Amino acid sequence: MKPLFKNLLATLSLCLPLLANAALDPALLQPLAGDDPDARVAAVARIAATGGSDARQVLQALLDDALVATPAGQVLIVRDDQAIDAATGKALPVPDGADGVVVNNRLRGAVQAALSGLALLAPARDERLAAVHSLQAQDADPAQAPLLRQALARETDTDIKAQLAQLVARADLESSDPATRLAAVTALADSGDAALRPQLQAMLTEEPDAALRAAAGATLRAIDGRVARNEVIGNLFYGVSLGSVLLLAALGLAITFGLMGIINMAHGELLMIGAYTTYVCQSLFRHYLPGAADWYLVAALPAAFLVAFAVGVVLERSVIRWLYGRPLETLLATWGISLMLMQAVRTVFGAQNVEVANPAWMSGGVTVLGSLVLPYNRIAIIVFAALVVAAVWLVLNRTRLGLFVRAVMQNRRMADCVGVPTGRIDMMTFGLGSGIAGLGGVALSQLGNVGPDLGQSYIVDSFMVVVLGGVGQLAGTVLGALGLGEINKFLEPVAGAVMAKICILVVIIVFIQRRPQGLFALKGRSVE
Amino acid sequence: MNRTSSLFSRRAWAVLAACTLAAALLPVLHLAFPDGHPLHVSGYAVGLVGKFMCYALAALALDLVWGYTGILSLGHGLFFALGAYAHGMYLMRAIGRDGSYGSVLPDFMVFLDWKDYPWYWAFTDHFWYCMLLVVLVPGLVAFVFGWFAFRSRIKGVYFSIITQALTYAAMLLFFRNDTGFGGNNGFTDFRRILGQSITAPGTRVALYLATLALLVGALLLCRWIVRSKLGRVLQGVRDAESRLMFIGYDPLAFKLFVWTLSAVLCAVAGALYVPQVGIINPSEMSPANSIEMVVWVAIGGRGTLVGPIVGAFAVNGLKSWFTAAFPDLWLFALGLLFILVTLFMRRGILGTLPAIARFLPGRRPVVATKEEAA
Repeated sequence: MKPLFKNLLATLSLCLPLLANAALDPALLQPLAGDDPDARVAAVARIAATGGSDARQVLQALLDDALVATPAGQVLIVRDDQAIDAATGKALPVPDGADGVVVNNRLRGAVQAALSGLALLAPARDERLAAVHSLQAQDADPAQAPLLRQALARETDTDIKAQLAQLVARADLESSDPATRLAAVTALADSGDAALRPQLQAMLTEEPDAALRAAAGATLRAIDGRVARNEVIGNLFYGVSLGSVLLLAALGLAITFGLMGIINMAHGELLMIGAYTTYVCQSLFRHYLPGAADWYLVAALPAAFLVAFAVGVVLERSVIRWLYGRPLETLLATWGISLMLMQAVRTVFGAQNVEVANPAWMSGGVTVLGSLVLPYNRIAIIVFAALVVAAVWLVLNRTRLGLFVRAVMQNRRMADCVGVPTGRIDMMTFGLGSGIAGLGGVALSQLGNVGPDLGQSYIVDSFMVVVLGGVGQLAGTVLGALGLGEINKFLEPVAGAVMAKICILVVIIVFIQRRPQGLFALKGRSVE
Repeated sequence: MNRTSSLFSRRAWAVLAACTLAAALLPVLHLAFPDGHPLHVSGYAVGLVGKFMCYALAALALDLVWGYTGILSLGHGLFFALGAYAHGMYLMRAIGRDGSYGSVLPDFMVFLDWKDYPWYWAFTDHFWYCMLLVVLVPGLVAFVFGWFAFRSRIKGVYFSIITQALTYAAMLLFFRNDTGFGGNNGFTDFRRILGQSITAPGTRVALYLATLALLVGALLLCRWIVRSKLGRVLQGVRDAESRLMFIGYDPLAFKLFVWTLSAVLCAVAGALYVPQVGIINPSEMSPANSIEMVVWVAIGGRGTLVGPIVGAFAVNGLKSWFTAAFPDLWLFALGLLFILVTLFMRRGILGTLPAIARFLPGRRPVVATKEEAA
């Protein structure tokens, strides 16, 4: 396929000035229906060389097995029982006795290469960008250079232009002219593409020209620097993203454990309930509102909050209110609750993971600095975590409920004396913590598996965040979560995912040695 | 104090002796009578009771730190598993060339294409060296961890959460293949112990009797400790640690001692567990397993020594029956049991017995003992 591709691109570049949207000559199409493999491949090249949208249509039809040939030698595109004459573009009835044009692997390769070459000249920006990306993924090829240069000259978009220039330089690296090679090596210093390393490395040893060797060395260092910088930025980003996940998982716990002194071992199951509520919302939307299925997430947020809030209130009224001031016993009782909730979910939804899909607007990502892609769903979770923290801060510091919560936390008896309904405040506080866990569950459902064990995998992490951050401190929880996320992401490439986790646990244990009360001093009911 | 002495009244001793005798009789009946005889006890039943006794020993160890010293460990599964792994190393070596690959190395090492044992497997082909490891490794881990934790006065809830993190970290570590302990699958397929076939009825009965002896021995040891002056200090740590410090005691040494001893006892339980159950894998270190141990103690009655043993038997007996009869309902039952016990039977089965006895005819009302601090 390789030499063929070269020929093809060469032909293409020769024909570039002639590009026009003229109807295709039936004689060009004829060989496609024939038996001679070489003639068929050559025909593909010639069709592509016309450069028009007709050519693209025919080649795409060929790739989709939608091309048929009549016994008379007419080539038709048949889609949805509607035949179109490939040469003239006129609609025709589907004739009897038409045979599909057989596509073998060789022909398929030729067609694909022709299409991506054609796409470089496409009018739509997205198509050209996709073509550039597909060429970036392939090996550099000096024969591409003329075509790439032509495309570069025609290109108006600065982003694509820059990438095309990189492609040209990459193709020129193999050129036989040392001056071209030197220009290419220098041009590539702007690149952050680690895939170029082996080629440049080879130049360092094999290149006869000393100046070129030096240039290659400089470019290599520049590329390495960029790759390293991208890695650091990527790690920072993924660290913040992981920190946000931990924060969402732990924020509710910071309220129930931090403010109320309840060791809520069922906290993970409240996350799980939030995630399953998301799943139910998704199913309802798919069933009743298939047109708006992507917006299920918007409905899932209040739903998950309310469901988890309700479960929390029920737990508080039925079990936890009898155990205030006995933290170890809340641990045992809530663990019993967690077992029951897990089994309940297993009974209702089955033991298997359920599938929660990202909405379309959350798939994909932003490309920054060339090779670094930041996925939208991670960005969405960071923003969401920030919003939830802001909301919790507002509720605790700017509302009457928050005032009462803090009053009960600091001095329960005094609050009781001045008429704060402490029982109701306990109920609301626990409900609030649970509801936030529900919101966390919505976020977790967008990242990983949703199953009955979801809560178990977050419970230890959540406690670590709260303990590290210092009990009863929102700022501590935020810092603790982000800190753990960052440490984890920077350790992971060095030590591997599991060892990173173990290191973190050791770090926390050592940290607690130094500051037994966490990052921020302890204030709350559990003060001794 | 009242409780400690009343529990080991003459009646209690008699019940204890009777239970020990009955337990010792089980394997005798198993060996002496053939299958189908009405007095025959199945090998399955003997194995089950043997397993429960291991759990009971672990629960007893936990009661020493939780019930008597007020330190709730959510990481005793780690010590149990470490003891089990230490013994498992010997059992793996004893397989010899009988593994699927016919190599001196255990199957999982052959599978990973290892050419030799890693250094920490040195001498593990000697039974007594492994028995030493059973005691030393968990003891050392507990000592170092305890030293750091108690020195900086981590206590209560924080200590519990950190122990949970510890066992969780260990579980992640042991799940890895390159740790050299069989990864996911752990150790299994044992063939021999001390040259005897591990599945032979004689070996199984010997293991059972060893477990019984160690359980009773540990019970007596713990009883001696909690009744001694040392035990009084431990209960002082539990009830009023700061007052104890003002009197002039340094709680660190006491806590460290009882913590390490408890870990070692738990490790011994693990070491006895492996050959009887025939497998050890990292799931023994999952946080849930350690919490389940706490459940046995709480349900049996903490701070009673005998209670945790009763609890371990009761919960595991219930579990064996429930998971066979209604497998889907077991977690509901365990969860509910736990909520109800925390809410209504704060002192567990054994702690509630005197209250029940009060309502029985022909008995003098027992003076209620002072509610103990949580």
